[in-house]
Amino acid sequence: MNDILEKIALCVEFGKINKVSPYPPDMKDQDGADELAKRALDEGTKPDEILDKALVPAMAKVGNKFSRKEIYVPQMLMAAKAMNSAMVHLKPYFQSGETKRKGKFVIGTVSGDLHDIGKNLVAMMIEGGGWEVIDLGVDVSTEKFMKAMDENPGAVLGLSALLTTTMENMKKTVAAIKEKQPGSKILIGGAPVTKEYCEKIGADYYSPDPQGAVNYLKQLVS
Amino acid sequence: MNTILQGISSEVVINSNGPVVIIGECINPTRRKKLVSTLQEGSFDYVLELAESQIKAMADVLDVNVGFPGVDDVKLLPAAVLAIRDKFDIPLCLDSPNPKAIEAALKVAGGKCLINSVNGEEKSMNSLLPIAKEYGAAIIGLTMDDDGITHDPEKRLAIAEKILKRAVKAGIKEEDVIIDPLAMAVSADPMACVVTLETIRLVHQKLGMNITQGASNISFGLPDREILNAAFMSLSILYGLTCPIANPEKITAAVRATDLIMGRDDYAVRFLENFQVTNR
Repeated sequence: MNDILEKIALCVEFGKINKVSPYPPDMKDQDGADELAKRALDEGTKPDEILDKALVPAMAKVGNKFSRKEIYVPQMLMAAKAMNSAMVHLKPYFQSGETKRKGKFVIGTVSGDLHDIGKNLVAMMIEGGGWEVIDLGVDVSTEKFMKAMDENPGAVLGLSALLTTTMENMKKTVAAIKEKQPGSKILIGGAPVTKEYCEKIGADYYSPDPQGAVNYLKQLVS
Repeated sequence: MNTILQGISSEVVINSNGPVVIIGECINPTRRKKLVSTLQEGSFDYVLELAESQIKAMADVLDVNVGFPGVDDVKLLPAAVLAIRDKFDIPLCLDSPNPKAIEAALKVAGGKCLINSVNGEEKSMNSLLPIAKEYGAAIIGLTMDDDGITHDPEKRLAIAEKILKRAVKAGIKEEDVIIDPLAMAVSADPMACVVTLETIRLVHQKLGMNITQGASNISFGLPDREILNAAFMSLSILYGLTCPIANPEKITAAVRATDLIMGRDDYAVRFLENFQVTNR
């Protein structure tokens, strides 16, 4: 692989945001994902190469390490921040249509639920998987999910709930979306959620961790 | 300030200067799938098992939450309360987002319960304060409101004051309002616990109220969770936390150690009691 792409991937995997960032300590004073992505583009590397050969595989590594409990939430957040600092340079190419993302993904925590860490991790991982993410935030009503799905035809929907008491609202949102858009794909997750519950409420996929969600989306478009 | 909670004949006094009272968190289906499955089978055996093990681990009050999808907690919460009442004489903390379930449970609970929880949203205060007044219950006031969660301790203090004012207006005694300063995961926000500690300090100093918090979540997303929880618990107690909602099997030792260090456990009676009972 191209040397600079490899370097970007390492920066993302270990959370090296930019040159001034003190983290991780053993990469001190080196260029970070920010500088390297910019330089790669200046040197003529194609934006989709940066996405597909550096950012996506690096974030997949991060997701897999998290699934195996080799790294923890703060390390994922560092990696995501490094990914974002590279992604900033790719955004103009996404906007002009020169580089296409894999699809659109709408996500939020369901009505009544304010716990957003899991939702944020999934959103970051999916963005790092090359998707455009529309994050509706926390305590999102069924109407708001419906509106976002109407505005983004073909988008995949992700619902998150942390409490057994708010999980019930997933059922309502899934039912409403499936009635209006029977072809839409909905994945769900959160501490109390199970595969059985997913089947019961008619959602399409349950993932116990962020990487599972990325893998599911990947096979949807492959 | 003293908040008094009662079982059938038992009484627990929460004093705003300690010692710390532990509200056992374990009767809660979130992250406890066995509780869901046993309740679905209509069995309270596991609820009673959790009650017993927490009481053995020095819980002073038991939080009771039986909410999960597909359940009618207007029926299930009072049924669970009755099952616990039948076996154990301990004050209860009724935990549900549904005011009707809280009311149904208060009707059968007897004693003096704690309601978990009211927050600063108009809807929450309007529905729950009259119920608390009618049944003579104490309330937990969660420091968030219609604008959501703020990360400014002064604003959380203002929400605490608002809930207190509204509760008193509804006829609830000042001492029957316990404030929850909101504890959030430090893995996602390095300042999360500092904001909580500062809120505790402000509420303790300016309002002198009793303070609770669900203190097991701050360690979400990190390893060594028990150590993190214990460190945060000690600091929170130093700033004015008096009745945490936590797992007594994991936290009582740290709580009793903190009370001892703070000079409120003469002859280390309570510290040693826990050590001897847990038999380590």
